[in-house]
Amino acid sequence: MNLNGLILKNPVMTASGTFGYGLEYDDFMDVSSLGGIIVKGTTLNPREGNPYPRLAEVKQGMINAVGLQNKGVDYFCKHIYPLVYNYKTNVLVNVSGSCISDYVSTAERINELENIPGIELNISCPNVKEGGMAFGTSCESAQKVVEAVRQVYKKHLMVKLSPNVTNISEIAIAVESAGADSVSLINTVLAMAINSETRRPVLSTITGGLSGPAIKPIALRMVWQVSKAVKIPIVGLGGIMTAADAIEFMLAGASAVEIGTANFIDPAISAKIVAGIINYLERHNISDVNSIIGGLIV
Amino acid sequence: MKLILQSPSNLPIINPGQFVEVQTPDSSKTFLRRPISIHDVDYTRNRLILLVKTVGEGTKSLSNLSIGSTLNLVYPLGNGFDVSNVKHPLLIAGGVGIAPMMYLGKSLKKNDVEVNFLFGAKSSSGLLLEDEFRKVGNLYCTTEDGSAGTQGFVTQHAEIEKLGIDYDSVFVCGPIQMMKAVGNIVKQKDVTCYVSLENTMACGIGACLCCVTDTVSGHKCVCTEGPVFDIKDLKW
Repeated sequence: MNLNGLILKNPVMTASGTFGYGLEYDDFMDVSSLGGIIVKGTTLNPREGNPYPRLAEVKQGMINAVGLQNKGVDYFCKHIYPLVYNYKTNVLVNVSGSCISDYVSTAERINELENIPGIELNISCPNVKEGGMAFGTSCESAQKVVEAVRQVYKKHLMVKLSPNVTNISEIAIAVESAGADSVSLINTVLAMAINSETRRPVLSTITGGLSGPAIKPIALRMVWQVSKAVKIPIVGLGGIMTAADAIEFMLAGASAVEIGTANFIDPAISAKIVAGIINYLERHNISDVNSIIGGLIV
Repeated sequence: MKLILQSPSNLPIINPGQFVEVQTPDSSKTFLRRPISIHDVDYTRNRLILLVKTVGEGTKSLSNLSIGSTLNLVYPLGNGFDVSNVKHPLLIAGGVGIAPMMYLGKSLKKNDVEVNFLFGAKSSSGLLLEDEFRKVGNLYCTTEDGSAGTQGFVTQHAEIEKLGIDYDSVFVCGPIQMMKAVGNIVKQKDVTCYVSLENTMACGIGACLCCVTDTVSGHKCVCTEGPVFDIKDLKW
């Protein structure tokens, strides 16, 4: 598959923040069998993230408030990159920041890494006080940060969009015009959980990001809308648990998918979804997986 | 309730204090796996034994399992208790915190270490498997209502006075307030103290970063860098 220059052996990637650096999953599956992995959100400086509790389980999903805990881009380049260097798949780094210059500096560092063919620019994290989602909720700021990163980042630039907007198509158009090579959607949906017994919020941050099957219908709708608005490829994510879910996203217009929260339920699920997609194609006598992209019959 | 699980293949090496992430049978009511500590291991028959207290929908569905059901587990997870170089330990547990103490006690006994358990519960009904623990070591009990053992908390038991004298290390698992109370006592004595935490977690393998605890060197994952921590490393 050709995702606007990024070659994938299959359409299945793993979502940032749900797959560590891939290494955590080596015991469960052959990480290199995937189309790609998108590693943990990385920022210019180390971040401790939010206080515990960071997790609320809800019906058909979970709300997290991790807050981009990571050791910073220098640590990634020095200590993590050598460990993921030999994966025979696309290792993309999810890049986040609290101001444009942070995004730019981080992207510049990643640009130097030979075996990292792209970044996923995270302008949609709901769990950080400054930056993050703020960049992804207005066309102007989304365009500005993507333009700035585009100046310094020469490889595949994927931009991850927030669902916490009135019109996601407008944002997608803005980042496309700013030079994005692809968009991935959706990030988590802003949500909260309350413990009625204690009358307190479950999360330390009160609100967090909802993921899992609970958000799949929203994600499908947004992929469908964005596919009508932009020409660049779409990577669909949000509650994919099965190969059938992945196929639905592709029918709605996604060229590839990311598996997120499902990795927590079954650490081998991504490889199983690859096999499930192959099975689907065989059952339907489809020789080219690309032919199902946007193949929704309406 | 005791869950005896028969593995279809040989068990891997399991350290005391490690845990499993179990997929609950009725996943329409729950979403994530449930972390449950390993109560005992029977290598000769490839059996894992879990001790499960029903607290919510997940543990309820586990306790409703019928004999012969199949469970999906990811294990063994976490670091576990280090039983090498342990000389005179006291094993302290409260409530369902007794679960990992069986395999810990047996592992220590195998190393020719004398095992002493000090368990606390609200009342006598909360003290489980007393006879089985007595086969492994000495068992001292406290209950809050005095219905069994000494009345009061574990921290008020006479064995606690022997910390730093007869005991050089403690291994603790139970409610956070209890572990902190033990920690406060231990801080004033020359005793190493390991506690097993049970933060809510999603993945169990260090990927989601949801289960962190605050340590002197920043946030650490309870699932992979714990669940057992030296109390010196915690910001308690």
